[in-house]
Amino acid sequence: MIPAGQRLLRLGGCSLLWRPRTLAVGAVLLVVAGALALALLGMGTIRLTPDRVLAGLMGSEDDGMATRIVRLLRLPRLLTAAIVGASLGAAGAAFQSISRNALGSPDVIGFTTGAATGAITGIVLFQTGPTETALAAVGAGLLTAFTVLALARQRGAGGGYRLILIGIGCGAVLTGVNTMLMVKGGIDQAMAAQIWLAGSLTGRSWSHVGPAFVAMLLLLPVLVVNARRLALLEMGTDIATGLGIHVGRTRMVAVLAAVGLTSVATASTGPIAFIALAGPQIARRLTRAPEVPILTGALTGAVLLLAADLLGQVAPFRLTLPIGLTTGLLGGLYLMVVLLQRDR
Amino acid sequence: MTTGLALARSRAPLGYAVGLAATVLLVLASFAVGSRPIPLPEVAAAFAAYQPGNDLHLIVRELRVPRALLAILVGAGLGMAGTVMQAVTRNPLAEPGLLGVNGGAAMAVVLGAAAFGLTAVTQFVWFGFLGAGLAGAAVFFLGRGHQSGADPVRLLLAGAGLSIVLGAAVSLVILNAGLEVLDTFRGWSAGSLEGRGMAAVWTMAVALVIGGALALTLAPSLNALAMGESMGRALGLHPQRIWGLACLSVMILAGAATATAGPIGFVGLVAPHMARAVTGPDNRDLLPLSALFAGCLLLTADIIGRVIVAPDELAAGIVATILGGPFFIYVVRRFRLARL
Repeated sequence: MIPAGQRLLRLGGCSLLWRPRTLAVGAVLLVVAGALALALLGMGTIRLTPDRVLAGLMGSEDDGMATRIVRLLRLPRLLTAAIVGASLGAAGAAFQSISRNALGSPDVIGFTTGAATGAITGIVLFQTGPTETALAAVGAGLLTAFTVLALARQRGAGGGYRLILIGIGCGAVLTGVNTMLMVKGGIDQAMAAQIWLAGSLTGRSWSHVGPAFVAMLLLLPVLVVNARRLALLEMGTDIATGLGIHVGRTRMVAVLAAVGLTSVATASTGPIAFIALAGPQIARRLTRAPEVPILTGALTGAVLLLAADLLGQVAPFRLTLPIGLTTGLLGGLYLMVVLLQRDR
Repeated sequence: MTTGLALARSRAPLGYAVGLAATVLLVLASFAVGSRPIPLPEVAAAFAAYQPGNDLHLIVRELRVPRALLAILVGAGLGMAGTVMQAVTRNPLAEPGLLGVNGGAAMAVVLGAAAFGLTAVTQFVWFGFLGAGLAGAAVFFLGRGHQSGADPVRLLLAGAGLSIVLGAAVSLVILNAGLEVLDTFRGWSAGSLEGRGMAAVWTMAVALVIGGALALTLAPSLNALAMGESMGRALGLHPQRIWGLACLSVMILAGAATATAGPIGFVGLVAPHMARAVTGPDNRDLLPLSALFAGCLLLTADIIGRVIVAPDELAAGIVATILGGPFFIYVVRRFRLARL
């Protein structure tokens, strides 16, 4: 029997359930992302018309300036934004499913701050370059994740909320540690760390795109493959076990993949709030599907981050809007809207 | 139960004695410790045989005395505000820092400074009151604070959301305002007690007397309301009026503390729990004892902050966060987060 709203696709021995509405939403999101990308590639100190952007992308010989601007400056920034947004969106979907809570995003749980601690330790104490900084962020993000999970695992009340409260506590401590590290470091490193902490897409080069892309390529499929198992896990440990799911392993694999995605994303741009929190929720509302929105969440995350970047570039009154702060502002408001909606 | 309460009350004098002794010791330490260590005999000489030409005497009298006084007063304000908030919401995790009250005060102070060019603490303390009041009201309604006994996490989440928004907004305003605002508020926004001067001490002292007196007069009513809203009503109380007055006292205490020392979290969480361990749940003893303990805590944080990254300084608010966070986690793990 095929569930309502879904179609079945058979290819030899393989079969795939798909949902027309989800596919349509995905297509629309892709188109929106494409339009935003075109706008972002054209904007900046030197404005480029869409046809010059395309010429630059193709690497045409006649328009050397457009080629250089697009390929060396704007394309890496754009790709970093898109990949980071997608990673955060997918990771957020996994976290929310595991914690069975719409607010269980990596920023609220404190993982993002942990990754930041690793990166700042690298920058301030060891003067690391981008790659080592990224590795330090991944390690520290994983460590924070395990600490929070282990602390939340004891008996006692709070349920899925315990994880969030422990995460808030750990996040607060690590924020303090981050500030301490920045005071401890020399003024140059402190400046670099401060800029990094605000979350920024400025000056991203191909060396930022590489690690984030590889991480997404490796970890996103892991989440996609596990999405159906995660959806069953949401029904409760007992039912999922009864349905033949290895609960502990599924949860561990999903957490590891999600933490990896978040850490690498944080390493490339600095902490960016809100995307992992809101991306999956918006995707779920758009598709109206009961599944864990890994892919749609990733697409929504990419669109959100590109839109935030565009907002920062067209901000009125020459306001300085670092992308991490913009998304933080929106994310907190979104959190409160979620709370208000629960009243109904 | 009566005997238990009586026993707990009989332990209160011990708590006061320990708290006062700790305060005296910490004050002496805070006079001596710093980027320029001053031996205690020299500290004593600064008061007994003051020489205006002596650098060390000047440091003690002009810098370290106001700083220690401010730490004690701000800590006391935060401790009392935390106690009142925990009593009103019946939530063991309620605290002005975590619930965004300090964040609201910080936002209002920074906006006031950026928009009207205010520089004196006596001017922007009013913005602190306003911001603390607005943020407190917002979080109380959003988190349904008066029913927080039934759903303690909701209030915390509302506070966390508000804190994220306000924190980002404060950073944005500081980034976009002029250099002088950045300079004034860089240390302040981390919760530093350094170089605030006697004006801040007097402002905080006045606010502590008014807000503290209000909280103490409410203490018996808060005790009665601890048994629940309907029980309080049956005992002849007006819950709404008491909540309103309690919020007013929190607004005065937390607003002034934030305006004078910047947003400082966790002190208002830890101190009431320490005091409760000594005297039990009676707010009449809990309020003054929390104030005393909170003053000691903030003073300790300030002293640690001067030592830990010497020759630089770490703001007391940051030390308080690093030390207070684990306590928060301990409370989350230990309590069944039902009713206080």
